[in-house]
Amino acid sequence: MRDRPSILPLRAEGLVFETGGKRLVDGIDLVVGRGERLALVGPNGAGKTLTLRLLHGLVAPTEGRVEWAAGGGSTAGRKRHAMVFQKPVMLRRSALANVKHTLVAAGYPGPEIADRAMAALSRFGLDSVAARQARVLSGGEQQRLAIARAAGLEPDVLFLDEPTAALDPGATRQIEAMFDELHGAGVTLIFSTHDLGQARRLATRAAVFSKGRIIEMGPVPDILESPQSAEARAFLNGELLW
Amino acid sequence: MDGAFAQAFFLIVGFDSEFLGIVGLSLRITLTAIAVSALIGLPLGALLAVCRFPGRGAAVVAVNALMGLPPVVAGLVVYLALSRSGPAGFLGILFTPAAMIVAQTILVLPIVIALTRQITEDLWGEYRDHLTSLGLSGPRAIGTLLYDARFALSITLLAGFGRAAAEVGAVMIVGGNIAGYTRTMTTAIALETSKGDLALALGLGIVLLALTLTINVVVFGASRVWRHNVG
Repeated sequence: MRDRPSILPLRAEGLVFETGGKRLVDGIDLVVGRGERLALVGPNGAGKTLTLRLLHGLVAPTEGRVEWAAGGGSTAGRKRHAMVFQKPVMLRRSALANVKHTLVAAGYPGPEIADRAMAALSRFGLDSVAARQARVLSGGEQQRLAIARAAGLEPDVLFLDEPTAALDPGATRQIEAMFDELHGAGVTLIFSTHDLGQARRLATRAAVFSKGRIIEMGPVPDILESPQSAEARAFLNGELLW
Repeated sequence: MDGAFAQAFFLIVGFDSEFLGIVGLSLRITLTAIAVSALIGLPLGALLAVCRFPGRGAAVVAVNALMGLPPVVAGLVVYLALSRSGPAGFLGILFTPAAMIVAQTILVLPIVIALTRQITEDLWGEYRDHLTSLGLSGPRAIGTLLYDARFALSITLLAGFGRAAAEVGAVMIVGGNIAGYTRTMTTAIALETSKGDLALALGLGIVLLALTLTINVVVFGASRVWRHNVG
């Protein structure tokens, strides 16, 4: 899987998203290299989720552009970055059928799909729920299934939007273990989180968002322990309101 | 009245050939109209749910309004279209079962399109991010939406069946209620009641109700089995 040329680095230049006369994302510049774990942190409404959606191509920017190396923006390249949403979208099918559907959509050859889907579930300890309806799984199981389903595509980059929001500590630990497993397999992770402890545990780099802009970005220890800007300090101290 | 019920009972259990012919023709016409409506209406309704184009709102309102299309008006339109001087007169199918299938399809199709549009639009709201992320947006999403909404959509087809099976006016106008050729259960009930032959009307009424109930039971049972076994 890792023998193919990487679609990274990912470059975002001057990304703007404006609607109703309001700039929700306002001039994001970002470069993400292979193997990084980048955390987007910041208060609600700061533009983290929208930035993830812009980078993944779910939303077109009003201004600016997103560029991938090795054709990551092409139809084929689009299949090499995947996204997991805060509220996992579960199709009205079994857990196994959810993974199969994703593989079919990505164009995997028919004979491989059943084995690949089962392997994706087994990799994250979900084989026991393969036959169960995805929508009746617990919140933690659904989020693990959503990550396993995306991981089944063998992406170079995985975008995750607050993947542990509303999960209990046990489920959060399981999700974080999946991060380690995926990163060990060479997947670049870009995720948003409100949990600064999680950013510290999982990320190598952090970008602090406020009012649609990145106000500070750098290695996680530097950002969390000695922020340079007053806004970043205020957010990290729990004082920045949007 | 008791005598009429007794005669109706004997018509049903005696496998009267005229009686069975009417029942068979009714089923053939109604089920064909439902099949045609499903083939056209399910994908069209889903497309209406996921595609955005100028005039979409007007199209949705029009389809919803056509659910209330009076059967006699539908019958009249089909009659005018299929009559010798009409635009489709060359087909020569007026007063045949084919014309009755056309009329019933026109009545059922708006129901299938409108309910499919609503059901799949709700599902699209839920699935949009995930499917778009997979490159399945617009028309490419409709296969997933129709499959995942299959149980709700079975109700749509049952509603269409109810509309078609209970319909009298349109099939009377375009079929002509010709004995042994275009006489269906509903047109026969209307005719026999007006003639005072309550036995045949009652027998057909009982069979019509039983068939409607049976089809609903079969669809309900199939949905439960499928939901349990296939997921």
